[in-house]
Amino acid sequence: MNGGRSHRFTIVTVALVAVLLLLVVLNLLCGSVDIESSAVWKILTGGSSGNQAWDTIIMQSRVPMIITALLAGAALAISGLLLQTTFNNPLAGPSILGVSSGAGLGVAVIMLALGGNVGSVFGASVGSYIATLLGAFAGAALVLVILIVFSSIVRSSTMLLIVGILVSYLTSSVVQLLNSVATEEGVHNYVSWGFGTFSGVSLDQMPVYATLIVAGLVASVLMVKPLNALLLGTRYAENLGINTHRTRSLLLLITGVLTAVVTAFCGPIGFLGLVVPHIARLTLGTSNHSALMPVTMLAGADVALLCTWVSVAGKYGVIPINAITPIIGVPIIIYIILNRRKIQYFN
Amino acid sequence: MNAILTTHDLAVGYMHGKQVTTLLQGLNLTLNAGELVALLGQNGAGKSTLLRALTCAARPVGGSIALKGKDVTEMSQHERSRIIGLVSTERIMAGALTVRELVGLGRQPHTGFLGRMSSHDREIVEAALHDVGIAGKADNYVSELSDGERQKAMIAKALAQETPVIVLDEPTAFLDAASRIETMNLLATLAHDRGKAILLTTHDISRSLLLTDALWLITKERTVVTGPTKEMVASSVMNEVFTSQAVRFNPATCDYESC
Repeated sequence: MNGGRSHRFTIVTVALVAVLLLLVVLNLLCGSVDIESSAVWKILTGGSSGNQAWDTIIMQSRVPMIITALLAGAALAISGLLLQTTFNNPLAGPSILGVSSGAGLGVAVIMLALGGNVGSVFGASVGSYIATLLGAFAGAALVLVILIVFSSIVRSSTMLLIVGILVSYLTSSVVQLLNSVATEEGVHNYVSWGFGTFSGVSLDQMPVYATLIVAGLVASVLMVKPLNALLLGTRYAENLGINTHRTRSLLLLITGVLTAVVTAFCGPIGFLGLVVPHIARLTLGTSNHSALMPVTMLAGADVALLCTWVSVAGKYGVIPINAITPIIGVPIIIYIILNRRKIQYFN
Repeated sequence: MNAILTTHDLAVGYMHGKQVTTLLQGLNLTLNAGELVALLGQNGAGKSTLLRALTCAARPVGGSIALKGKDVTEMSQHERSRIIGLVSTERIMAGALTVRELVGLGRQPHTGFLGRMSSHDREIVEAALHDVGIAGKADNYVSELSDGERQKAMIAKALAQETPVIVLDEPTAFLDAASRIETMNLLATLAHDRGKAILLTTHDISRSLLLTDALWLITKERTVVTGPTKEMVASSVMNEVFTSQAVRFNPATCDYESC
């Protein structure tokens, strides 16, 4: 980064932070219950609004939802970025490669096969959400291993995307089979989980959720040097002293943890991981990870908070997150596909 | 002569499961500082396989390779990255980096855990950009470069790496006539004026014979004959390269022609 482009980095970062603050405020103020802004401010600064219900809504519902969305957006966006660089494939992402489906399968096994009693991710005992979390990670890891094996056999990046889509089909058919043997409660929990929501993390669960995601994000930042080397391909990266085998394994481990945690708590959120790294590259005009990494995190948090706001702003109840992400994501992907000759990082 | 890269009884090939296919064997090669060497051979003879072995991208099937007298298997990848710099024909995803950033990646073996560059690192990058004659495009995107300029940028990357050896796989393959000449002249300068040991493969035989100091010829007998370019051209060994009966080497034109 130098001259004009470090200037551009500053502008983009400041703009994203401003949008982030704006969206946080909007998400605090908007919802099914109207709460005055002065009351919100009082509650946030440690006082009480005098209305018990308002206090509860802000502190137990809206604040955790905002933190959940912010971290989930950053985590999925970084997962997408790591997958795109690892597989040298700009159309890679945790949902399109089936990593989210794998995590979902793990969740389904815990929720459906082990009975509704272990069931709900929302609330329930500590043991139950830890089990869900481990299930999600096992599922995500399984898919990542399949992807590694396939990427070493078939070098074509299009084929890898197709493998990801096939894995998604396979996991959804396993989930259907599990559905037929599961309890009604288990099925209900699973279906509502599948819609995607950022309201699923309670205050008790927040420390685990936040710690895992922040750890994953910090680990990603430490990988900036080898990620940049990987832009030159395996052979160049190795010639620059990078152990590509170990680097790729580490990157996929980070991706697995980030995707699994978000998927277990929030459901299989589509498009975010695929789209946000492109938003970051296009606005910054670089694929240098030292600039791309922070901007991707911020943009991911912004997009997730935007989705959250849209989902609760209406007067007709809460819209599932997965009904909103494609509306934002699909146009951007189509733009990128149509302009791939003009966009520098394709050339 | 200052030998930097040496091989002892080296055999290269590929392993398919447990089955070993040997392409070349009994290789005792020496690459000296200040020397521009061309590795010539017909397609499928094992040029790329030999280069992969010499750059430690693939394990040799026999024998050993030493860099500055030290066996490569006893060196870490990081240690080797400070001795051999590579320029290959591999497709890169770095179109959205500037030329300066791309060349800066060459500093990775010398920078710390986070890859942050010191002012000394930056000076070396600027010097490398200048040396290959691409300083004017330092702020351009890599995607905006012509094939010839991109090749120069990759050579600058190898220069920034500050390795005594530079290995290039087909550096002139996709270039037009002017860029081919410029690239070969640049490599000759780097070897002769900077003391780099440079090994390259090429199909551009007549030009490589004009500029190189030594040749490594892969012959029909699946071995490598080495010697100073002038002596090799004058001898009959040049006719040992191609299996085809339809071509002969003409020392007068320094090229192959039909008989």
